Amino acid sequence: MTEAQTEAQAGAAVGLPHHPSPRAAGCPFDPPPALHALQSDKPLAKVRIWDGSTPWLITGYDHLRSLLGDPRISSDATRPGYPHRTAGTKAGDQARRTFITMDDPDHARLRRMVTAPFAIKKMEALRPSIQKIVDDLIDEMLAGPKPVDLVEAFALPVPSLVICALLGVPYEDHDLFQRNTKVVVRRTSTPEQVLAALTTLTDYLDDLLAAKRAHPQDDLLSVLATERVATGEMTRREAAEMGVLLLGAGHETTANMIALGTLALLQHPDQLALIRDAEDPKTVAGAVEELLRYLNITHSGRRRVALEDIEIGGEVIRAGDGVVFANDIANRDPKAFPAPDQLDITRDARRHVAFGYGVHQCLGQPLARVELQVVYNTLYSRIPTLALATDVDHLEFKHDGFVYGVYELPVTW
Amino acid sequence: MRVEVDQPKCVASGQCVLMAPAVFDQDDDGIVLLLDERPTAEHHDDVREAAAVCPAAAIRLEQE
Repeated sequence: MTEAQTEAQAGAAVGLPHHPSPRAAGCPFDPPPALHALQSDKPLAKVRIWDGSTPWLITGYDHLRSLLGDPRISSDATRPGYPHRTAGTKAGDQARRTFITMDDPDHARLRRMVTAPFAIKKMEALRPSIQKIVDDLIDEMLAGPKPVDLVEAFALPVPSLVICALLGVPYEDHDLFQRNTKVVVRRTSTPEQVLAALTTLTDYLDDLLAAKRAHPQDDLLSVLATERVATGEMTRREAAEMGVLLLGAGHETTANMIALGTLALLQHPDQLALIRDAEDPKTVAGAVEELLRYLNITHSGRRRVALEDIEIGGEVIRAGDGVVFANDIANRDPKAFPAPDQLDITRDARRHVAFGYGVHQCLGQPLARVELQVVYNTLYSRIPTLALATDVDHLEFKHDGFVYGVYELPVTW
Repeated sequence: MRVEVDQPKCVASGQCVLMAPAVFDQDDDGIVLLLDERPTAEHHDDVREAAAVCPAAAIRLEQE
């Protein structure tokens, strides 16, 4: 690139909208208004991000699906032009390589090592044990004082207990992995904080893998230790990093969907009543998809970089350009979902992109679905008078998180 | 309708099994298995939905 071109680009960048932009005050469930405007005016647009770079921001549903399914779009976070979310995630992505920031064939090879436990029939087989976890926690809540913070008492323990059982992580260590995961998913964490948290988590998983190899049990870490590390298919560090990824992704996301989903339903009592009184499991399954679409808690979007020039929607994404996919606003695209800003649990929302799209689509989605189905089907019918114990304006939302949600949700009944 | 699946492309999201369990299943690793390559008309909507949501575009449909 010539100097004149660089200068021209820098000049053009000054006028570009900054991403991410804030949500509107008083609209905690809706994506930022600036994204709405881009989607209707310029669904493929250049934006400016934290480091001054100017990736594309994709806000249209069709464009997003088309590009996320395109092999000319790379997930490799070590490539120049990759639009990192913050300096902290840049440091983390460069220190730790997992399949989510790799391309095929490495991505496929590593991902397939951990797909087995997430098969639909295995998830269905877990349903009774998830039901028991949910019932026991509700029993404890009902027996305890009120109001209670639903995040601490219920939303965080449910997926944490489930992913611990699946991986073979002792639940008594939950404080360690929950605390360090919070650092990793926080926008304000410095590179040093992210690296320290990742090191703590990786060392913890590495120790567990060593113990599993010596004394295997019926869990995923034991399978990795005995069938992948012992055979040389993976190094112990790779297995530990994969364990960190699964443990973090397995509790932080679902916990936010439980708490934020409950808040959304409490604010939409007609929708809550439909779930509470539902007799057909399909009603609750449909509600889960609609809440995933409507809330789209992974509001930082997906990050990619183009490997070749791609012509799409009258624009040319150049090889080396970063691309940010705003799946939160794509799920509100009126071309894909009629009256998209309305929470309607009776709509068919199954084509949402809350789990992403393309070969990197969420590995744990079958688990998240079963967990959320059990939770939504149980919590409101067992506590039909569940109510917010504070004003919604007093709640603190995770504007600074890569995963959106509420920090605390005081409830009573 | 004739259904084809591309196992090497499959990423085991499992959505086809949720949409059309009479037509799709998964092997031990979660990879798609085709149960019925010529499903009857009652399953066609579900199969089309499964093909539409498949994140890896690993399901191909041919109208006959």
